[in-house]
Amino acid sequence: MTLSRLVPRLAPYLQASPLALILAAFLVLPIATIVMVSFWDYDSIQIFPAFVFTNYEETIASPVTWSTYLNTLKYTVIVWALTLFIGFWVAYYLAFHIRSATMQMVLFLVCTVPFLTSNIIRMISWIPFLGRNGLINQSLMQLGIIDRPLEFLLFSDFAVVLAMVHLYTLFMVTPIFNTLMRIDRALIEAARDAGANAFQILTNVIIPLAKPGIAIGSIFVVTLVMGDFITVRFMSGGQSASVGLMMANQIALLQYPAAAANAVILLIIVLLLVAGILRIVNIRKEL
Amino acid sequence: MTKTIDTTGAGKGAKGAAKAATGLSRRQLLKGAAGAAGLAAGSGVVTGFPTIWAQNPITLRQFGTGVSNLNAIAEKCKADLGITLQMTALDSDAVSQRVVTQANSFDIADIEYWICKKVFPAGTLQPMDVKKIKYYDQIVPIFTTGKLTPDSKIAQGTAPNTVGFVEGPDSKTFAKAPTQWMTLIPTIYNADTLGIRPDLVGRPIKNWKDILDPAFKGKTSILNIPSIGIMDAAMICESAGLIKYADKGNMTKKEIDFTIDFLIKTKKDGQFRAFWKTFDESVNLMASGEVVIQSMWSPAVAAVRSKGIPCVYQPLEEGYRAWGGGLGIARHLKGAELDAAYEYINWYLSGWVGAYLNRQGYYSAVLSTAEKNMSPDEWAFWMKGQPAKTDILSPEGKVMYTAGAVRDGGSFEERMGAVACWNSVMDEDRYMVRRWNEFIAA
Repeated sequence: MTLSRLVPRLAPYLQASPLALILAAFLVLPIATIVMVSFWDYDSIQIFPAFVFTNYEETIASPVTWSTYLNTLKYTVIVWALTLFIGFWVAYYLAFHIRSATMQMVLFLVCTVPFLTSNIIRMISWIPFLGRNGLINQSLMQLGIIDRPLEFLLFSDFAVVLAMVHLYTLFMVTPIFNTLMRIDRALIEAARDAGANAFQILTNVIIPLAKPGIAIGSIFVVTLVMGDFITVRFMSGGQSASVGLMMANQIALLQYPAAAANAVILLIIVLLLVAGILRIVNIRKEL
Repeated sequence: MTKTIDTTGAGKGAKGAAKAATGLSRRQLLKGAAGAAGLAAGSGVVTGFPTIWAQNPITLRQFGTGVSNLNAIAEKCKADLGITLQMTALDSDAVSQRVVTQANSFDIADIEYWICKKVFPAGTLQPMDVKKIKYYDQIVPIFTTGKLTPDSKIAQGTAPNTVGFVEGPDSKTFAKAPTQWMTLIPTIYNADTLGIRPDLVGRPIKNWKDILDPAFKGKTSILNIPSIGIMDAAMICESAGLIKYADKGNMTKKEIDFTIDFLIKTKKDGQFRAFWKTFDESVNLMASGEVVIQSMWSPAVAAVRSKGIPCVYQPLEEGYRAWGGGLGIARHLKGAELDAAYEYINWYLSGWVGAYLNRQGYYSAVLSTAEKNMSPDEWAFWMKGQPAKTDILSPEGKVMYTAGAVRDGGSFEERMGAVACWNSVMDEDRYMVRRWNEFIAA
C-alpha cells in the first residue's frame, strides 16, 4: 500500500485522536481507577490493593444506603418536576410571546445573570434570607401574618429543594428554549387552521416537538441533583443525607474504597436513568 | 552549598555566626554553634542573618491540623532561627493518613494526641530524646505524669500522658510512665465546652444535659465530626443520667449503640437545628440566633463576640472535654535537619509562641517562658482568670475583651483541672463511624 493511499485512510483517526486521548486520560482512566479501588480493602488509616466485595456488600446491605438513595431520588423527582414546569413556561414565554429576536436574546441573557456568581454564593445567600431572624420571617411577622418565625424555611427539605430549583432551572430553560425556537411557526398556524385550540396546540404540536430539549434538560437536572452534596449539606444544616454527602463523609474518614464502591453504584443508577430518558426520547432523531 | 568540612570555612562560619548573633536575645539557640558551624562550611559568610542556619539554609516541612499552623509562627521562626517552615494545614483525618502513608513527605508533624495513638505504632515518627529538650522539666505535668497537681485524677479518653512516651528510641509501644523518649512535644491544648447565647437562653446553664431542654427545641447543634461529636454526645448522655460509661474515650459497641440510638431519637424529636462541620458554620449558627446552645471551639466563641453578639463559653458541672496537640519528628530526619528540628522545638517552647497561643485563649505547654513574653495584665487575665485591667488584644492587635472582662471558666487550674475526658480514638472506631453516619442520615 502506498503512502498516498494510506494518508486519507488515517486522516479520520488522526482527527479523532486528540479528543480520544483527552477522554481516555481524563474520563476513562479516572473511572477505571475508581472501579479498581472499589474492590480494595482498607482500615482506619490505609487502603491496600485487594479484590474484595466487602465494600459493595456493606454498602448494599446497609439500610442507611437505601434510605439515603431514596432521599436523593426524592429530591431528584421533586426538583425535576419543578424545574421542568418552571423552565418550560419561561422558555415558552421567551420563544412565543416575545416577538423581537433582540429582546429574546436580552431576556435570555437576563436569565443567566445570576450565573455570573458562583454556585455556592447563590446557594448560601438563601441562608440569611430564610433564617429564623431572616428577611422572610421578619417581614411576615411585621405584617402580622404569623406570630412566630416559620422554622421549616431553613435547614429542611424545603430549603434544599428551593435552593436546587433556583440553581438548576436554567439548565432546563436553555435546551427547551433552543428547541422551541426551532419549531416551524407554520406548523402552529396549520394546527390553528385545522381547528385546534391553544391547549391542543400545546399538547399535540409544541410539547412533542420540544421533547429533545426536555430530555436534555432532564439529563442535566437529574445528574446534577443525583451527584449533589454541598447544597444538601448547607441547606439542610447537615440534617439530611444524599448519596454525594455520604461519599464525601466516607472520603473525609479515608474510607476511599467504600466511597469508590458508592460512586460506582451511583454511576450505574444515573446511567440507567439517563438511558431511560433516552429510550423515551430519541434526541438525535428529533434535533 | 557543600557540607564538606573545610576548616578555614568552618572557622569563618563560626565567627560569622557569633558576630551575627551579637545583640540577639535568643542566645540559648546558639548553644553548640561551634559544632553546627561545620554545617555552615565552605561558602562565603552571609552576614546580617541571625543564626548559623542562614549559611546552610534549612527548610522544615511541617503539616498539621491548622490550629497552630500559623503563618506568624513561621515568620518569627525564620527571623529568629533562619529556619524556613513550610506549613500545610489539613484536617485531622488527612493528617493521620499522611503520617502513615507518606512518611517522607514531611519533617515535622503537628498532630493531636489521639492521632498519635493511631499513627505512632506505624513507626514513621521517631521518639525524641528529652535530654535535648531544653524546657522538658518545665512542661506542664499533664503531659508527663498526667496529673496537673499531685492529687488530680487522670481524665478518661486518650490522656496525653498515656501516649506521650515510648520505651526506647526504636520502640513503638507506649510507656506507662515517663521515660527518656517522648513521642510528641506538647505545644497547644485547651478545654472545650458548650457555647451559649446568654441573651437568648433565658436561664442559667449548668450542665451538659441542658442542651436537651425542651425549651431549646430546634435551637441546638452539635458538631458533625464523629470522633469529637461522640464525646460531646457522651457528656450529654452521662449528664442526663441515662448511662454511665466505663470510659467515654473507649466505648464498647453496646455503649456506642446506646449513644447513637439516643442521638437519633433526639434528632427525630427535632431537638437539633443543624449539625456543623467547620469553624465558620458554628460561628454563623450562633451569630444568627439559629441556635442558642451548641458544641463550640473557643476561637469560634471569640469570633461571635467580636461581632458584638454576646456569647459565653459556658463552664459546666461535669467538666470539660479537653484536647492537646504536639510536634513529632519524622523518622527519616537525621544530621543537620534533625538538629534543626530539635532547635525549632526548643524555640517553640521558649516563650514567644507560647504567649501567642495563650493570647488566643489556648494554653502553651511551658508556662514559665510564655509568662515572660506576656504583660502582667495579660497573664492575670488569661491564666489567672482575673478581670482585665486594660483592653485585652488578640495577637493581631484587635480588641478581644474590654477592660473589666473576665475569661469564661476562670483560671488555668480551674479549667484544665476540671477535664472530664480527652479527645480520643476508640478501639471500635470503625463501628462508631458507621453508626455515626446512620445518625446523620436518619
